[in-house]
Amino acid sequence: MTDSVTFDRGAFQTDQEVRWCPGCGDYTILASMQNFLADLGVARERHVFVSGIGCAARFPYYVNTYGMHSIHGRAPAIASGIAAANPDLTVWVVTGDGDALSIGGNHLIHALRRNSRIKILLFNNQIYGLTKGQYSPTSEEGKHTKTSPMGSIDHPFNPLSLALGAEASFVARTIDMDRAHTTEILEAAYRHDGAAFVEIYQNCNVFNDKAFIQLTGREEREVNRIYLEAGKPILFGPDQEHGVVVGATGAAIVDVADVGIDAIHVHDPSLPSPGVAFALSRLSHGPYGPTPIGIFRAVSRPVYGAMMQRQLVEAQARRGPGDLKTLLRSAGTWTVT
Amino acid sequence: MPDETMTEVAKREVLDRAVIRFAGDSGDGMQLAGTRFTATSALFGNDLATLPDFPAEIRAPAGTLPGVSSFQVHIANWDILTPGDEPDVLVAMNPAALKANLGDLRMGGLILVNTDAFDERNLAKAGYAENPLTNGSLEGYHLLTAPMEELTKTAVQDSGVKGRGVLRSKNFFALGLVSWMFNRPTEPVIDWVHLRFGEDDPVGAANLAAFRAGYNFGITTEEFHHTYVVEPAKLPAGTYTNVTGNQALAWGLVAGAISARLPLFYGSYPITPASGILEELARHKNFGVRTLQAEDEIAAIGVALGASFAGHLGVTGTSGPGLALKSETMSLAVQTELPLIVVDVQRAGPSTGMPTKVEQADLLMALHGRHGEAPLPVIAARSPSDAFDTALEAVRIAVRHMTPVILLSDGYIANSSEPWALPDVDTLPDISVPFATTANAGDEFLPYLRDPVTLARPWAIPGTPGLQHRVGGLEHEDLTGNVSYDPHNHERMTMLRECKLAAIAAELPPVDVFGPGDADLLVVGWGSTYGAIRASVGNTTRAGYRVAHVHLRHLSPLPPDLGDVLSRYPKVLVPELNRGQLSRVLRAEYLVPTITLDKIQGLPFKAAEITAKIIEILDAKDQS
Repeated sequence: MTDSVTFDRGAFQTDQEVRWCPGCGDYTILASMQNFLADLGVARERHVFVSGIGCAARFPYYVNTYGMHSIHGRAPAIASGIAAANPDLTVWVVTGDGDALSIGGNHLIHALRRNSRIKILLFNNQIYGLTKGQYSPTSEEGKHTKTSPMGSIDHPFNPLSLALGAEASFVARTIDMDRAHTTEILEAAYRHDGAAFVEIYQNCNVFNDKAFIQLTGREEREVNRIYLEAGKPILFGPDQEHGVVVGATGAAIVDVADVGIDAIHVHDPSLPSPGVAFALSRLSHGPYGPTPIGIFRAVSRPVYGAMMQRQLVEAQARRGPGDLKTLLRSAGTWTVT
Repeated sequence: MPDETMTEVAKREVLDRAVIRFAGDSGDGMQLAGTRFTATSALFGNDLATLPDFPAEIRAPAGTLPGVSSFQVHIANWDILTPGDEPDVLVAMNPAALKANLGDLRMGGLILVNTDAFDERNLAKAGYAENPLTNGSLEGYHLLTAPMEELTKTAVQDSGVKGRGVLRSKNFFALGLVSWMFNRPTEPVIDWVHLRFGEDDPVGAANLAAFRAGYNFGITTEEFHHTYVVEPAKLPAGTYTNVTGNQALAWGLVAGAISARLPLFYGSYPITPASGILEELARHKNFGVRTLQAEDEIAAIGVALGASFAGHLGVTGTSGPGLALKSETMSLAVQTELPLIVVDVQRAGPSTGMPTKVEQADLLMALHGRHGEAPLPVIAARSPSDAFDTALEAVRIAVRHMTPVILLSDGYIANSSEPWALPDVDTLPDISVPFATTANAGDEFLPYLRDPVTLARPWAIPGTPGLQHRVGGLEHEDLTGNVSYDPHNHERMTMLRECKLAAIAAELPPVDVFGPGDADLLVVGWGSTYGAIRASVGNTTRAGYRVAHVHLRHLSPLPPDLGDVLSRYPKVLVPELNRGQLSRVLRAEYLVPTITLDKIQGLPFKAAEITAKIIEILDAKDQS
């Protein structure tokens, strides 16, 4: 596709001052991304970053590739146009929980079902940060914010369940603080041929600090992180003493001692049906206890831009390249002399 | 003149023009009958203009007035401009069609009815207390009757079509009868049926059998003792085709993309009456045309803008409600200075309004309907064939000046048709603008470094090495594109974006004035009112009035000499299918006391309506 080049992280930085709040999780994700892109070695001009509106949406200004900071919620649509027009580009969408799941919910699900070749990174901080602290579509019920002084009565989305419901071909979750894991997921999303949906738990230390403490705290994370690894039984806990079983009623957490290791579900993200992945996504409805991270689903499905391209080639093979003169005469003509 | 064969005893009357309206239930296939009669007349060489009029409901309750669908075609042996004010011939397939259309028919006109549909039930549904065919109420018209359903049933019995399908061919019976009445050749219909249905399809066979039965019914029935001849028109030499506005607009976009050497990318969401453009373009993938049927109007313009960023000619098409939804993205296109074409096929509003009916009431929304100071060029097509040239002009402006462009069409232009002298496609101008490929300021690339004449910024597409840059909705500095909240920078950028319109205006040709420079009245129009205005200016000129006509294609920016032109005439009349939107613009821009003539009925102007207004104004002036 393109010449492999050696870069350092600096090659993917711009001269723009990064203006997120000090301590924001976005800094960590930006560093992970810049490092990943440098290690990947694909030329900078082959990447396009598209964002909507929100704190995360400033991301493209800070990455030295092509980029567009667009409209609230619309990044998946604009990115779909870029990807369909030029399937050789890698098109990244950087979005947040409000941007992707509230105002842009429609574009998100349709980009996923269409399987446009775009990589959607949803920075989920469970709050509206740029507008200074209103509840978001992933905020927990009962959350007290400026717009929910008596507690939010909105039921939150589970972003992964939503993506799987839209039959996304690649669905994963990672955590801003875990740079090694983030890099691993970015790499897998990049390699996936089709739409990739990655939820990144991102701490907003100003308006929703420690929202993910159950997964990032030194002690808590030992207890609560469930790493999904293809081909391995899903085990977690300090001594791998807990596991996940999948049955007719969904996925459940068990003690391995109670059911035996053979009963533990062996993770397979390539299952054609999104059913098991969906069950795994329901193990937690937010980062409040044991929560799976990793790749939930990675299946091969025809890619929108490639199919569009194929139809053009087919049409030309069948009818020959378009001829304007013939087109204008296609409804019959008469001549006046 | 009697014909030589024994059976054809009908008398031929030579006419210079005729207006025929096919009317029936929306399930009766009147649009098809009208379209085929039109195609035949076009191939025969008549000049023509059409006016389809149909309900928004796919099948409104059968037999009722709201369910009536009609197709009017004006054929002539000279260069005509409108589909005709009053039909000379009305084909009424049921009582509702008769009732809904009789008022438009000229006195003494010919009514051709399907008597089988005039039973008690249908009469009641149409609100007739008694049968109008027998109670004398149609005296003053020339009534011809045919039991079209019975005759169609008999005709198609060997076709293989059975049951309810049999009566579906009755529109072809009517078509056959009218074709005989107007001495039309039968081959174009036969060829079309073979092409559309194949040689062996029972439905095709039934349609042809009904068509022939209708034609022969005319020959053999004594009631029909008159036929009409409208000779081919003496149009300027050339090769002609009959084209609808949506088709011509789609073809214009294809041609524009070729002339600009860009792949065409059309993102759209189905909406009446713009869907035809998406359908037409979807058929032309062999031109490299990409069509994307998006999840909504906002996504449709989003994918188009994304495609433009990636180096395609991004186009989206919609109607009024969709234009409202696209507003935010148009502002982004203004801010990012990317080429983009937004087609608005206007329909009667507000809200869902009357989706299948024409109106020009989106003009002010097109000019101003964005947040912030977001000027962009707006142009309008004036007729079906003109939509081709207007699309080319939209492409030219968009890529030359790196700007979104709104192209206004409307429901009348979209669905009606007219003969079009085909342009020589080999002489279409090269309107391509090369992409940026290298740094433009030393070894640096400045994404907002402008061409001094067009004020266009460079178009550097993703994939181009070394030219990585970021664009976005935030205010930015000129040259670098870096985000800036500097107060004076914002003012300067606002002015710069506005200056782009001035750069476009500077390259516009002088206003084309039809009629005398010292006329007593100038009629100014835009869009689909062209035919009716030009016809009425012709009528009044022949009657001795001194009237001139200017029809604007460019609505923003307006032609630089328009103010001078307006000032030369003592009175200015602006007929519009809205409440005076262009009129308001002209008053604001030029302080001209325009006279407004508006019509908000979901129907085009009749030439007679504008003629009457012109006479009223000029006669009043004479008295003063």
